[in-house]
Parts: sequence; structure tokens; C-alpha cells
Amino acid sequence: MNLRPDPTFHPSPRLAMEAPVETLAYTLMLSPDGSQPDGLAVVNVDPDSADFGKIVHQVIMPNKGDEFHHFGWNACSSALSPLSGHAFLERRYLIIPGIRSSRIYIIDIKGGPTAAKIHKIIEPEEVFAKTGYSRPHTIHCGPEGIYVSTLGGGGPDGTDGPPGIFIMDCETFDIIGKWEIDRGVQDKHYDFWWNLPRDYMVSSEWGLPPQFENGIVAEDLMAGKYGHSIHFWDLSGRKNIQTIDLGENHQMALEIRPAHDPVKEYGFCGVVIDNTNLEGAIFTWWRDKDGVFQAKKTITIPPEAADPDDLPELLKGFSAVPPLVTDIDLSLDDKYLYVACWGTGEMRQYDVSDPMNPVFAGSVHCGGITRKTAHPSGADYKGGPQMVEISRDGKRVYWTNSLYSTWDDQFYPDGVPAAMVKADVGEGTFALDPKFFVEFPDGYRSHQIRLEGGDCSTDSFCYPSA
Amino acid sequence: MGDLMTTTAGLWLAVVFSGLYHGLNPGMGWPLAVSSALMQRNPRALYSALLALATGHFLAMLVILLPFSLMNALLAYERPLRIGAGIVVIALGLWLLITRRHPRFLARIPPSRLVLWSFVVAIVHGAALMLVPIYLGLCQVDDLEGGHQAASTLMGRNLMFTLGVAVLHTGAMLVAGGAVAIAVHRWLGLKFLTKSWFDLELLWALSLVLVGAIGVYAAW
Repeated sequence: MNLRPDPTFHPSPRLAMEAPVETLAYTLMLSPDGSQPDGLAVVNVDPDSADFGKIVHQVIMPNKGDEFHHFGWNACSSALSPLSGHAFLERRYLIIPGIRSSRIYIIDIKGGPTAAKIHKIIEPEEVFAKTGYSRPHTIHCGPEGIYVSTLGGGGPDGTDGPPGIFIMDCETFDIIGKWEIDRGVQDKHYDFWWNLPRDYMVSSEWGLPPQFENGIVAEDLMAGKYGHSIHFWDLSGRKNIQTIDLGENHQMALEIRPAHDPVKEYGFCGVVIDNTNLEGAIFTWWRDKDGVFQAKKTITIPPEAADPDDLPELLKGFSAVPPLVTDIDLSLDDKYLYVACWGTGEMRQYDVSDPMNPVFAGSVHCGGITRKTAHPSGADYKGGPQMVEISRDGKRVYWTNSLYSTWDDQFYPDGVPAAMVKADVGEGTFALDPKFFVEFPDGYRSHQIRLEGGDCSTDSFCYPSA
Repeated sequence: MGDLMTTTAGLWLAVVFSGLYHGLNPGMGWPLAVSSALMQRNPRALYSALLALATGHFLAMLVILLPFSLMNALLAYERPLRIGAGIVVIALGLWLLITRRHPRFLARIPPSRLVLWSFVVAIVHGAALMLVPIYLGLCQVDDLEGGHQAASTLMGRNLMFTLGVAVLHTGAMLVAGGAVAIAVHRWLGLKFLTKSWFDLELLWALSLVLVGAIGVYAAW
């Protein structure tokens, strides 16, 4: 415990943007075939350091087959709300769930870049017994402690009951139990985030474990059986208050990115693929003056025509590459939305100052199923831009290239060796840094990135920027 | 310090001081008043939030003080009551000291329900209980000065004391918390929040132990 709030907690997004820039990134490494244990890489991102762009430390787990995906902090700027009385927590632990094993690791990062070590391991049996959920995924710290979304319910294939969110104690890391009191029609899960002072949560849907664990199920995709709804919740009441069906063609509504400034009552949701035309899409959702949530498609990204000979088995019949919007991230000033097009190998930058009318502002090509654009360093970049993270000041955009072990193999059968790159954002410019291409140990793929002191998809703010 | 708990002026001063102390503590809610003004983009929202916080605090004072006021008037055991109350306050202080945990159910209160939040916080953190030894001290000093009185007169007097303590304490809290909230909103900015927020929990728990101990000592 500190006697003062952690210096990385900020009342407003604007103050977070003005804080010292990150010098370290934490990147998840996963072994796609489970032959090696998964790990956490600590990457030096300080351009003035001799180790810039290098892994300076690794925490390798004691188990195999966890499949790391997303992760988060034990505490963030949300602790500055006097409502929950957690102001003196430290941003010290990374909570890393294995989505295949349902095991959860708590990593203590205190003591400098090379000191990161395992603090606690929560075994899958404990998760199952205390929550009835499995396959933990997104982590957010909030009023009731640490919130963890899951992708599966009970039973061996995770279909015994719907998946949901559970709560962990933010100091002891004990699992407390299911979060929902009334889930309404929600029966699938993926991402969630909230507006703390306005007391609402928004959640999304991917699919149930049999729909993703052994690869994408093409029949389910064409039949519209993946998730296509977003749910709005009373956060303190733990109740589903509204569900918006984006339309059955909008398959896999994944990342939820609310405006960071809590005064604004809107946000975005990325849709992976439209099964009628292979487009990727972004929906803007908002709460209207009657308190009712609305959603509207504000960005579409077309597929690119391709020779079937250049396409993996799954896509041959379409003669086209879908953009596959697998991740999105919003800068802390709520100005730029970054959209990862994992299929076409493009990172798009949209100016969303007017959230109802996004403007396509910049683009970087890197990898791609048919484009196969090399990195400007000359390094071979496999896969496409996937998990994206923006620095708090909005000037650096980092990303990795793997989506999910079995899906990687379907879309990129030649393999997706781990990569992590960075693009720099200037006045009207958006370009890859040729000097930044992180080398990972053999056999690993890379997934989510967390930045030292918080980033654009971890911290929730309780006070407006104004 | 002993004088503070044995003379009328000292006790009333303690009521005011504790009010200022509670008001300055961010954990009692002044940042929520700043947040309200910013969220609603209306400086007047700051005052309505402060009023809501003060109302909750005031009600908590009444809920805790009234039973003691009744017991004090009806029971002949004034000394045991004062000693008992002191011990309860010490016990809560020690419990807060040892556990250092936050009641998670506070997070179940919607942020819009500031009166309820302030009420519950004042109860669970012992803000209201902290006033009990002071209040009972006031009753006793008055007894010593005025001699024995009929139960009905005592009840009327105790009620006046209860209201007096609650109003004065909450008023002091409102002034202190309001001053900080207005200063942060107008001049200091949100950065002041992270700069000025100290972990008062230890101090808070020790204050409870201290007030309880003085209460017991003064009654002995």
C-alpha cells in the first residue's frame, strides 16, 4: 500500500496524456502448439536506451498450454474515485489469464524491468468452482475490484451455462464470484468496458468455445451463429438493461472502446466480418438524451480481390481477402481510432473527433494474407496488424501480429512468428518506425501489449478532461 | 487534550474540529462534488453535490447519536454508558487498524445516490461514532453544572445537544470540504487531487482509538 495515490493514476485522460512517457512494454508470448510454456516479455521502448526495441526480461510460466491472449492491471486510474475507497492501491501486478487452460497468473512487476516475477497462480479448478465460468479473457480494474470476462461457461467444452464476468479481490486476488445478477438475453461474451461516473457497462460477443477453440467454424460464420449483439449494463446494479442486435450479418462484435472522457456518452465496437460481403465494420454506440442506447454503423472497410491460388483453403471460394477487423483502440484524447485489419495487413487511423462521421486519416501496410508487405526494417512480417496499443500521449502505436493459435493456422498457414512493431504519429503523419522490430524467442507468437504506467485500453477515468 | 473532553467549550471545539477533519478527507467525498460540476459542466452542480454529501453525513450523525441520547436520558447508568461507548469506538478503530479493508458493498451504491453513499460511508468508517464520546461528554458536563433533572427535561436537552452536535459538525464538514472542492474546481485543478490525497486510514483509525480512549478516561 502507498500513502499517496500511485503516480500512474490520473484523474482525467488529459492528465494521463501529460504524464511521463512509457519506457517499457509488456507483451504476451504464446506457444501455439503448447510445446513450450507461455510467457511475458518485457520490452524496452525507450528510444534513448541501447536496448531500445529489445526484450530485456522474460517471465516464463511453469505450465504449458495456457494460451495467453489478453491481460490487465490490478489497479488503474479508476482507483481515484472516492466511491470505492481504493485510492492507495499500487499499479504493480499484471493479471494474465490463459484462455485455453483457464489458469490465471498474477505477475509482480515491481523493482525494475528485470525484476518481474510470478506472485500467485490461480488454478483452473478454482475458477470453475467459484464462478461456473471458464476461459477468462478481458481484465479491467473497477469499483468492485478486478473484473474478468470469460468466453466459456461450465463443463468440458464450456457450453454448460452462459459465459460472463467474475470479480476478483484487488488486493488478495481471491476469486469472489459471478458478477451478473440479471444477464437478460446475454449468452456469449468477449470484451467489456464502462463509463464509471455514468455507471454503465458495455459488453460484446465472440462465440462459444466450440466455435473458436479448434479454429473458425465456416458453417457457423456463414449461418450467422457468431456473436452479433452488444449489451448495456447497470454497472452498480449488475443488470443487463439493454441489448442491441447489430444484425446477424455482423459476425463477431469484439472490442468495446468507450470514449475515455467520462463526460462523453459514446464509444465504438469493431465487427470482424460481414458474412454477406466480407466487409469489416465499426459501429458507434451512444446513449441518447432519453437514456436509451443506440448504435449505428459508421465505418465499413471493403475486402480486397485476390487470386484463389494465393488464398488459404478457407478463403479460396471467395476470391477475396476480408479485412478482418480484429482489434481497435482509441487514443486518450478520443481523437484517433486505430483499426487493425488483420486479413488485408493494414493498420488504419480514423479521425473520430465527430464519432458519427469518422474520417479515414492514415494507413500503414504491414503483412497481410496476399499483400505480404515487409516491415521497413527489411524484416519479414507474417500475419497482419492485430493487437494494437497506443501510448498515453497518442504519439506511438504498437502492435503485434497473432490472432489466436488455431485461427492463425487457417488464415496464415505459413505460420505467424512473433513480431512487435511501432508506428509514430505526427501532425498528419502515421508511419512505421524502421528501427523498431522486436525479435522474440523461436516458436512463440505475440499477443496483447501493455505499456508501463497505463495505456489506451486499460485505464478508466472518473473525472472529465475539461 | 484532556481539557478538550471535560469542558463545554473544549467539547464544542472538538465537534467543530472533527467536522473540519472529516470535510478535508477526500474519502468523505469532496472530490465527488468537483466531479459533479465537471460532469454536468455546471459549477452549480458542485453545491448540490456538497449538499447531498452533507445531508448523508448529517443523517448518519443522527442515526448514531439519537439512541445514545435516549439511553443517556432514560438510564441511570451514565458512567457505564460513556465507558461502553468509548470502548465501542476504540474497538472500531482497532478493527479498521487491523483489517485495513474496504467494504466492497460501497461499490454497489450508484454514483448518483450521493446522500446514501455519504450516509453509509459515515457509518462504516465510524465518522458518526467518533462523535459519540464527545456528545456524551457534553451531556455529562451539563449534568454536573445543572444538577439532576427529570427524564423528560433531560430528553429535551439531549435532543437539543444531538441536533447541535450534528448541525455544528456537519456545518464544519461542509465548510472544509466545500472550500477544497471549490478551490480545486476553480483554481487548483484535478492534479491537486492526486497531489494532496494522503492515506488517512491509519490516522483515521488512530483518531477513533484516541477519541474513544479519552471518552473512557473522562468518564472514569
